[in-house]
Amino acid sequence: MSDIFDGPVSAGELVLSLRGISKNFGAVSALTDIDLDVHAGEVVALVGDNGAGKSTLVKILAGVHQPTSGTINFRGKQVTMPDPSAALTLGIATVFQDLALCENLDVVANIFLGKELSPLRLDEVAMEIRAWTLLNELSARIPSVREAVASLSGGQRQTVAIARSLLLDPKVILLDEPTAALGVAQTAEVLNLIDRVRERGLGVLMISHNMEDVRAVADRIVVLRLGRNNGVFEPDASNQELVSAITGAANNAVSRRAERRKAAEQAHNQEQRP
Amino acid sequence: MSAEPKQDISSSTALDRSDVRVKHQAGVGGAISAFFDRVRSGDLGSLPVIVGLVIIWSVFTALNPVFVSSSNLVNLLFDCSTVGVIALGIVCVLMVGEIDLSVGSISGFASAMVGTLWVNQGWPVALAIVAALAVGGFIGALYALLFNRLGMPSFVSTLAGLLAVLGLQLYILGSTGSINLPYGSNLVNFGQLLVMPDWLSYALAAVPGIVMLITGLRTVSRRRAVNLSAPSVGGLIVRVAALTILLELIVGYLNQARGIPWMFGLFVGLVVAMNYALTRTQWGRSMTAVGGNREAARRAGIKVRSIYLSAFVMCSMFAALGGVLSAARLASASQQAGTGDVNLNAIAAAVIGGTSLFGGRGSAYSALLGIIVIQSIASGLTLLDLSSSLRYMITGAVLAIAVIVDSLARRSRVSHGRA
Repeated sequence: MSDIFDGPVSAGELVLSLRGISKNFGAVSALTDIDLDVHAGEVVALVGDNGAGKSTLVKILAGVHQPTSGTINFRGKQVTMPDPSAALTLGIATVFQDLALCENLDVVANIFLGKELSPLRLDEVAMEIRAWTLLNELSARIPSVREAVASLSGGQRQTVAIARSLLLDPKVILLDEPTAALGVAQTAEVLNLIDRVRERGLGVLMISHNMEDVRAVADRIVVLRLGRNNGVFEPDASNQELVSAITGAANNAVSRRAERRKAAEQAHNQEQRP
Repeated sequence: MSAEPKQDISSSTALDRSDVRVKHQAGVGGAISAFFDRVRSGDLGSLPVIVGLVIIWSVFTALNPVFVSSSNLVNLLFDCSTVGVIALGIVCVLMVGEIDLSVGSISGFASAMVGTLWVNQGWPVALAIVAALAVGGFIGALYALLFNRLGMPSFVSTLAGLLAVLGLQLYILGSTGSINLPYGSNLVNFGQLLVMPDWLSYALAAVPGIVMLITGLRTVSRRRAVNLSAPSVGGLIVRVAALTILLELIVGYLNQARGIPWMFGLFVGLVVAMNYALTRTQWGRSMTAVGGNREAARRAGIKVRSIYLSAFVMCSMFAALGGVLSAARLASASQQAGTGDVNLNAIAAAVIGGTSLFGGRGSAYSALLGIIVIQSIASGLTLLDLSSSLRYMITGAVLAIAVIVDSLARRSRVSHGRA
């Protein structure tokens, strides 16, 4: 089944397309009628308030949950993903928020964990080469691949986790809160990384709470609210529009401040006029 | 590419040396300062055990010079092998962050099985040993089942096993209480007398150096070929020469007495095989990963339950093998076999040797180094004619110190960013 999907992805191809996805947990509908498209070489940001269904959607795409109804199309073919390994073989890689790295192992061992080359006589040289190739393609700033992951910073760990997800040559990569809990410099580093993953022609679906980060890298911003689509925005959309879409209220702190500023500007302009 | 490391760096930077922020130590001075950096940050490796060994040997030699005589050391090696094999099993369970407190009972039960099946029932000795190992493996599988399916902590399940298996041992030994294994049989000779011929022991002592040289040179040439930095050939040759000379000197000294016991040869062979399995195979990598972060290992597609199963089964089988060897060493299977300090000596040996109680860190060599420390203390105190009451107290104190060193080193590793 996987060889249908193994061919190279052409630029801008629609790799992942969701239509009418719903997910119920008992009486609670976490997702209702979600539509979502991810093209090759595109970063789609998924934003929404707590409980908007972002994580549920990512888990469906990672094969952790199954949708109650709706269809998932991957590279034009309808697919089902009964478990996480099915998603991986299709070419959908996920980096969860807790990166799940083994701190006592070095970078190479973490990247290849569970997929070691020649299991009975580990080929350390080949694995190290592949690890450096992956990290260099991402222009990653990892000092040494023979250091235990415990000695790396948060941004570097994120880099290792993303490099690991690229090992199986996926077509789409899902990032769950990649910049949460990172400092300014490390956030910038990870955003650069996302840019380079896009340049490699992968589709990126990124969950984030941080509007600045989203606007910095995303090509499209998809807003979820209470488990439903609540608008698609361009990255140059104003904070006010986004926050209104996320919270569903036109009247909030952001919009009030924006209105005050607008009023002040108008007053200022009127004063300047003769 | 040039063979000179200096030109190497200036002409084309190696793939793993392109980041300027990282200090890369070169040469002998660099190797020494890198070593001190590692130790300061809590990555102690085998250092505490080697320091401890030097102290223990100096003290006992000062008190009684017979301690370092070659004949006493040969006896020491015979004694090391039995509990050492059990400690090797403990290394397996400690790697995945679990514990087996019943290894003493399992070893006693295995020796009782060999006694009854071989001497009383007339089974062939090999078959009796295989049966004992199989039952050991079965007990380990039972612990793994309780752990994997019922979530029973290994601490508790093996504590229950300690009593239950001891009961089994007493049951099959019956009212007689002990079975003497026939003197002159191969098994007893193996445990008490058989030593390697001199030429073979000298030849075997050269093997580690040769293997290290060949694999080292292959690694260097492979890494050079693909533009990775490689360790210097000179340093490799110095290390190989030092190791070979040291081993040959030890063998030469022991050959002044009886020589190297075959039983010790078996133990070292198992340690080397285990070290290969833990460091150079996917199974060993998975063991380390499960011990470090179980959830991460599971998400990486490692079958965590089978890893736990393999760890518990191997631990119990090594314990059973150690029991068979100690029966051979004592030429008897008795109610006392595997009781007393066997359990804690095995666990202490693994921990003293540098395997962490917290999982994910350790090596097969820690069983070898640790058991030499434990047996040195036992042998030295016996030579001083001190009672076993003092021996227990001192071994207990050494175990406590080893665990304290492990905990402190772990804390230091966390604060220095080494896990």
